Amino acid sequence: MFEFLISFIPRAVMQSIPLLYGSTGEILTEKSGNLNLGIPGIMYVGAISGVIGAFFYEQSAGGNLVPFFAITIPFLSSLLGSLLMGLLYCFLTVTLRANQNVTGLAMTTFGVGFGNFFGGSLIKLTGSEVPSIALSATSNFFRATLPFSENLGWFGQIFLSYGFLAYLAIIIALLTAFLLRKTRTGLHLRAVGESPATADAAGINVVRYKYLFTCLGSMIAGLGGLYYVMDYANGVWSNNAFGDRGWLAIALVIFTIWRPNVSVLASILFGGLYILYLYIPTGTQFAVKELYKMLPYVVTLFVLIIVSLRKKREDQPPASLGLHYFREER
Amino acid sequence: MKNKALFHIARRGELPWLKAWLIRGAAILLALLVCSLLMVLVTGLNPFDVYATMAYGVFGTARKTWVTFQKLAVLLGISLAVTPAFKMRFWNIGAEGQVMIGALACAAVMITLSGVITSNVVMILLMFIASLAAGALWGFLPAFFKSRWNTNETLFTLMMNYIAIQLCAFFIILWENPKGAGQIGIINAKTELGWLPSLAGQQYLIPILVVAILTVLLYVYLKYSKHGYEISVVGESERTARYAGIKVERVIVRTMVLSGAICGLVGMLLVGGTDHTLTTTLAGGRGFTAVMVSWLAKFNPIGMIFTSFLLVFLQLGAKEIASVFFLNESFADILTGVILFFIIGCEFFINYKIEFLKISKEA
Amino acid sequence: MEPVKNAVKMVGLTKHFGSVVANNAINLELHEGEILSLLGENGSGKTTLMNMLSGIYYPDAGQIYIHDKPVTIGSPKDAFANGIGMIHQHYKLVDVFTATENIILGLNEKGRLNLKEAGRKIKEISNKYGFEINPEQKVYDMSVSQKQTVEIIKVLYRGADILILDEPTAVLTPQETDKLFAVMRNMQKDGKSIIIITHKLHEVLEVSDRVAILRKGEYIGDVLTKDADQQSLTDMMVGRTVSLNINRPEPVDPKPRLEVKGLTVYDELGVKRLDDINFTAYSGEILGIAGIAGSGQRELLESISGLYPIAEGEIVYHNPKSEKDENLVGMDPMTITKAGISMAFVPEDRLGMGLVGSMGMTGNMMLRSWRNGKSFFVDKKAPEQLANEIWRDLEVVTPSTNFPVRRMSGGNVQKVLVGREIAQNPAVLMTAYAVRGLDINTSYTIYNLLTAEKMKGVAVIYVGEDLDVLLELCDRLVVLCGGKVSGVVDARTTNKRDVGVLMTRVGGNEHEK
Repeated sequence: MFEFLISFIPRAVMQSIPLLYGSTGEILTEKSGNLNLGIPGIMYVGAISGVIGAFFYEQSAGGNLVPFFAITIPFLSSLLGSLLMGLLYCFLTVTLRANQNVTGLAMTTFGVGFGNFFGGSLIKLTGSEVPSIALSATSNFFRATLPFSENLGWFGQIFLSYGFLAYLAIIIALLTAFLLRKTRTGLHLRAVGESPATADAAGINVVRYKYLFTCLGSMIAGLGGLYYVMDYANGVWSNNAFGDRGWLAIALVIFTIWRPNVSVLASILFGGLYILYLYIPTGTQFAVKELYKMLPYVVTLFVLIIVSLRKKREDQPPASLGLHYFREER
Repeated sequence: MKNKALFHIARRGELPWLKAWLIRGAAILLALLVCSLLMVLVTGLNPFDVYATMAYGVFGTARKTWVTFQKLAVLLGISLAVTPAFKMRFWNIGAEGQVMIGALACAAVMITLSGVITSNVVMILLMFIASLAAGALWGFLPAFFKSRWNTNETLFTLMMNYIAIQLCAFFIILWENPKGAGQIGIINAKTELGWLPSLAGQQYLIPILVVAILTVLLYVYLKYSKHGYEISVVGESERTARYAGIKVERVIVRTMVLSGAICGLVGMLLVGGTDHTLTTTLAGGRGFTAVMVSWLAKFNPIGMIFTSFLLVFLQLGAKEIASVFFLNESFADILTGVILFFIIGCEFFINYKIEFLKISKEA
Repeated sequence: MEPVKNAVKMVGLTKHFGSVVANNAINLELHEGEILSLLGENGSGKTTLMNMLSGIYYPDAGQIYIHDKPVTIGSPKDAFANGIGMIHQHYKLVDVFTATENIILGLNEKGRLNLKEAGRKIKEISNKYGFEINPEQKVYDMSVSQKQTVEIIKVLYRGADILILDEPTAVLTPQETDKLFAVMRNMQKDGKSIIIITHKLHEVLEVSDRVAILRKGEYIGDVLTKDADQQSLTDMMVGRTVSLNINRPEPVDPKPRLEVKGLTVYDELGVKRLDDINFTAYSGEILGIAGIAGSGQRELLESISGLYPIAEGEIVYHNPKSEKDENLVGMDPMTITKAGISMAFVPEDRLGMGLVGSMGMTGNMMLRSWRNGKSFFVDKKAPEQLANEIWRDLEVVTPSTNFPVRRMSGGNVQKVLVGREIAQNPAVLMTAYAVRGLDINTSYTIYNLLTAEKMKGVAVIYVGEDLDVLLELCDRLVVLCGGKVSGVVDARTTNKRDVGVLMTRVGGNEHEK
């Protein structure tokens, strides 16, 4: 059993990190009243932007990568890519007051296409001579663990065997939880999501808050894509490999009832459910594995139903989620 | 007086439809322009060549034209399905799952009953019933919880998508053919049992006709029937609906069952009419695209013919560019995205006007 | 006497909404340390004017001075910075927040967020002015008056010295109103300057030092309260002496039509909204329902219409068609409407119930007739014809019968609603706030319509706000107070004071949870 946990937990954690980034980003976004269904697309963009940055750096640096640049260049280009997506979403839904569902779905179409297009054509477009995008050199920096972690046995395996982005995800989730519950900014942000008219009357700049936190949320979600490709996938881009993790991240938001700190553990649970099938002896029935993959969604569905049955006010989605705000709407 | 705000945004009154469509047309033109720029920048290709190639990809040959119409029929069919729910302000983004579950039911009938039933007519009838019922069930569940406990339908239907897809994945492996292939292959390849017949030598004609009839029916249903009226009132205000003696819960459930059933029907058209197999990507995101198609057409079934055509054109056209210019097929999604952004954005200028305060009239 | 200092001075403030002039070149002063009543009918522009002072709207023209300094108020933040705090009619509170969280919302105090410290400060303010509040309580658990308290403390916490209260008493019980006025006087003693928007004359006379009057977006003038009385204020407010002179013929052949017996209902939260209501409505008479807002009027009408769950009691309807007695309790709204009971309820936002904003007159006529006939399809001809009749007969201003009613002006919307309900040829016609916000002429059109119905033998139930109208239009009055009937009186022989006493009768209106 212990053996099983030692090999299972690290893999579950690695699965959980993109989900954790995605759900933390989406929670921030939803707390500002924006239901951003573009998160799956944004995570693709975050991933491919990082890939593009790393690709050009690896190309220009030849074999001699400077660790500092090898990390900051993909990191910053990933942030930039998802920031632009966040800005686009805000411009359409906040400034131009477009329907959030439609905008989000269009962003997902665009983002997934953007990722797959550049992922598939980057080599051809730049005319470089490598056979495929395998940024293993960059990836090594992202996957670097503490030097002594391997000497710590099971403890090292379970807690210290991850790249820095994994720890960053947990830190960001905890910081976000702190921001939401314990700070003035968090209070104002929640007010914007619950009742923008109230926030406006209280002198809070609703538009600024929506822009700021939707963009911040997008950038956090984008890092999930970056982690996936640079750490989890060893720097190898393959089209559609990221799969439906973006939607799973949105499911996680509901599952944790908009609490990023709960998300830290819940994402590991989801990650575990996602790969549980690998550990379940199914014999010849490979098909059952597919049913295990269904579990996270079924569980989320139950949480959604139970929350709506209990009608506890604090557990409901932000009251103005999905609605746009126009001060002089009469 | 110091003018702090230089302009003021106000809701417009009714804009004449001609003007509204002019604005939309301009948005599409602008979007094409931006796409052209994008193409030149990224690929260095001449955009006119590219657009010409796209048109060729859509209508270039008889075969391509048939494919275009078939794809159009599928997207339009799903868009029609989601529309009644949207008019009711029920954000059903679960069309993907409803199509998949319908397709699964259809495939199930075709596979499990292929040894029992020999009549093609009986088979197709059973497929029809099974697909409709499965889709209807997938529509019923979120509606039931929404009407009873106000469970958020957007999130509910989203989850239902993946449950349906995973169910498909499960059965695909269960029924894999040949063993170990991980896929079903063509169902009843030899007997062609349960395949929708060709009409006038055209395999795609029946699905196209079915959707064409559906479009007209749904238009009439929404505009002239009592159900359609109930849907409009519920979409406006539940309180008003109750006041008018409309049983809101029943309308929500009934409408979503209808939505789901139509999705199920499309799933059957896909399996029985065109693909003759079941894959997890059968719906291919069209359940989501349909949301945009329906919204862009302002929930008008006739308008949806045009909006779904626009999206199919982009998809197939870009596929053609991909093969001719050796680009990645996903270029289509980028184009689609850009055009959607422009159309979504332009609605603002239809609904609102910007008044510059400096030129506002004196009282 | 010291020379008066102005806390606020507005010069030439103008605001348009589309082609409508909501405020036209208003000049208004608020003296330091005074309570000023801003008086005017619904739609006279009071709230718009105050919204410009509190930064919700930005004036098209004009200048505001605060303590004699010219200021620009472009946002609520600017208003706070100038010490202005407004308590809106619709409370702007976040339901899932506590009182404290709501109060400190939007503040950028130095240091970390400290809810305990804020709670202590709130207690301090409460003690100083005499509020009762629990800083930890969630807003969704609060009564209306508690929410109002939170709103007032919110502006005091911000150190506002100019307070604007927009119709604060509309939702309060008499005792709560007394408490509010006491608090206002405490604030005045503390040097605050206060504007209270209201259209209740007795309150104006009771609480304010001076009265400023608006009419149809224009500033009419001001008068010291000690020099004013109800008559003079009414004259300024409506422009001419109101002698209502509503035509009131004797009831024709009154027979019991609707008997309400022991009706008791609870809302979703389990609060008793109606408590053992008993009365009878007769055919051929107008039965008025009087009471301060929120005394159970809406619950009563919705109960009769089958829209509200009934806990106890009977509603017996003597159906004139079948001449049988029917108990309406448990019937669904459609059956009740079919039996001949109509309701025209004009809610505050005018559209909330009874009309579909995005549809035209025809579509709204269909709201009553859509189910007619066995056909799967709706009949559009009859409603179209009815829409045209109402358009013509009631002089509804609209470009066509398909023009969305949401875009019509308030009076026209109400004509559509009331006109449709009358066209149902009901045996019982219930209207609530049918003349809310209407100009005098349109109001009379509505009164005459209702009286005509009465003369046809219909049992009319009229829920109104204005006592003068109730006394002149109705034959009998049922007075509600805190969900109970506090009296049934003959409208011809009673007087305003007696009804007023019944409306505010203490006892029997405890709002237990």
